[in-house]
Amino acid sequence: MRHTLTVLVENNPGVLARVAGLFSRRGYNIDSLAVGRTENPTISRMTIVVEGDDKVIEQVSKQLNKLIDVIKVSDITAEEHVDRELVLIKVNADPSVRGEIMQIVEIFRARIVDIGRKTLTIEATGDEGKINAIIESLKPFRIRELVRTGKIAMLRGSRFTTVENGDEGKENNKDEY
Amino acid sequence: MKLSGAQILVKCLEEEKVEAIFGYPGGAVLDIYDALYDSPLKHYLVRHEQGAAHAADGYARATGRPGVCIATSGPGATNLVTGLATAYMDSIPLVAFTGQVATHLLGRDSFQEADIYGITLPITKHNFLVKDVKDLARVIKEAFHLATTGRPGPVLIDIPKDVSQKKAKFDYPEVPRLRGYRPVLDGHPEKISEAAAAIAEARRPVIYAGGGVISSGASEELRQLAELCVIPVTTTLMGKGAFPENHPLSLGMLGMHGTKYANYAVSECDLLIAIGARFDDRVTGRIDAFAPKARIIHIDIDPAEIGKNVRVDIPIVGDVKRVLQQLLKRVQAGMETEWHAKIREWKEKYPLKYEQNGKIKPQFVVEQIYEVTKGEAIITTEVGQNQMWAAQFYTFTKPRTFISSGGLGTMGYGLPAAIGAQIGRPGETVFDIAGDGSIQMNIQELATAVAYKLPIKVAILNNNYLGMVRQWQEIFYNGRLAYTDISGPDFVKLAEAYGAVGMRVTEPKDVRRALEEAMQVKDRPVLIDFIIDREENVFPMVPPGGAINEMLEG
Repeated sequence: MRHTLTVLVENNPGVLARVAGLFSRRGYNIDSLAVGRTENPTISRMTIVVEGDDKVIEQVSKQLNKLIDVIKVSDITAEEHVDRELVLIKVNADPSVRGEIMQIVEIFRARIVDIGRKTLTIEATGDEGKINAIIESLKPFRIRELVRTGKIAMLRGSRFTTVENGDEGKENNKDEY
Repeated sequence: MKLSGAQILVKCLEEEKVEAIFGYPGGAVLDIYDALYDSPLKHYLVRHEQGAAHAADGYARATGRPGVCIATSGPGATNLVTGLATAYMDSIPLVAFTGQVATHLLGRDSFQEADIYGITLPITKHNFLVKDVKDLARVIKEAFHLATTGRPGPVLIDIPKDVSQKKAKFDYPEVPRLRGYRPVLDGHPEKISEAAAAIAEARRPVIYAGGGVISSGASEELRQLAELCVIPVTTTLMGKGAFPENHPLSLGMLGMHGTKYANYAVSECDLLIAIGARFDDRVTGRIDAFAPKARIIHIDIDPAEIGKNVRVDIPIVGDVKRVLQQLLKRVQAGMETEWHAKIREWKEKYPLKYEQNGKIKPQFVVEQIYEVTKGEAIITTEVGQNQMWAAQFYTFTKPRTFISSGGLGTMGYGLPAAIGAQIGRPGETVFDIAGDGSIQMNIQELATAVAYKLPIKVAILNNNYLGMVRQWQEIFYNGRLAYTDISGPDFVKLAEAYGAVGMRVTEPKDVRRALEEAMQVKDRPVLIDFIIDREENVFPMVPPGGAINEMLEG
């Protein structure tokens, strides 16, 4: 099963190498990884989608927690959350098919962000299913280039995975024993 | 007043009350060495950086204090790598300093540049590349804190040359606040109660104690628990000395070359209490056949160890010493039962043994070392048969007396580790039980031992083979001895060339006399070349992938 982990890390150089190295070294499968700064400039948030059964995910979380630069790990898979990916698609678009492509763009509430003599560049955001669907719909026109971000996610409502003052967290994760 | 980075480093080491630094100078650490020159800190010059890392490691294991080593950039730093990996696998507190090319040369394939930060990411507990001298004191404070607390481990600090030259105000910080690092020390009260109840219910309990008992300083608590509840204790290789092996409740070591009775007890027990141990494959053998009838309590400081290799019924995360103290308040006194009678029977029926045949038996040499040192020596080992014979035939009764590369299995560890141990505990007798193969991997450190007049003893169990590999070839590869027949130098002449005392023993009757003679030497190392029975194997043995109660016998 695929799990979505949201991981708060110190915004240090090297932290991405630590996390990526951990996954490859211990043989965990990363589906996607997205990282960026948070509202606190000293903290970055990684959203990691990882494949594995509960036992594997437990180990992944614990091994991540063991990294000194990791502040907090939350598995939000089972919780209500919003998740998004962003894709840019450059698709062949002769004048004869542009109308059809623009209809598809409309349906998916995507946007055309650039136009070439024979191509259109489309930006779409959405959850994984929607992104997959728009890609499938555009395939018949021949996709020339595609770039896709990893998933980012956030809990719904007034619940947070952030740490208070950026300072609590790790211990809570370990409370189960 | 402003100090240079190098001076700050030296000040920090003084603040940390570091007694011994093992190192080797070079271009990128010239400023650090220049600062050391004026300091009362004691620096030991090794002959190879790997020796520095192992010596710092041996020092740490013998004293319980963090070991410190220094190397220059590039090859100096990469030579530390095996030592860091060794310490990492066995959770030994080290702080390693490496010089690095100046910041403006970083990433340009400069002379003697190696990305030691990147290289050591997976083999250190944490590491740092310091790019601003203003961060240096804080980083060093954090490094010592990280190395010595929680689950201990090596920490590396990479210092570019210009950072050691630039000046900053020196201010040694208090214990750092690291929001991503909060080791849990006390066991969860509910889990402690569950564990106490499980112990009360158990009819056939066994304690399986590892190196965590030693690093946490919990030997006394372990003994109290075992005696109060009358629970037999087996230890891992790393746990040797955590529980006195001459105690009636001791089962000795378990696992691949453990005692039969320890492995039988674990296979038959209905409660296994793992304390500061990590269910290594050399301990468990085939994992689904390990302690198949038992509920498992696992006490460990590292939450990631819980459930990593085996399912655990009662996990307790915390410092072993504190958890045992908590547990001791909750358990009831136990008593002798049929279980103990059964174990006594196994012990009588399946003792560790070997047969004399007129040649020098390595087991006999180890027993004689035990007798000559009255069981009070610090024993370091190399890796292979020598290590297993040392583990099997020397009776360890005190923590921090058995010093061996358990997890990584690093050949060449024993001699430099003995140097570190002797420097850390100058009053003790330190023996390196060695093989003729692995001693050659760091033999150059004899020069270090001679230079500092260290009276360490090196007992080479010389079979002119890479013995453990030969044993596997004999048993599992139809006796095809591919490249395990290894020659060595004349070790006696070699010892003498280095300025040490060299002896050779070829007859069993001379073993004792040579050891006694070696004990008399107080001002230099002694190397004794014991020419042993070439074909001797280590038994019992769990074949790889086998269940631990199905052991091969000689």
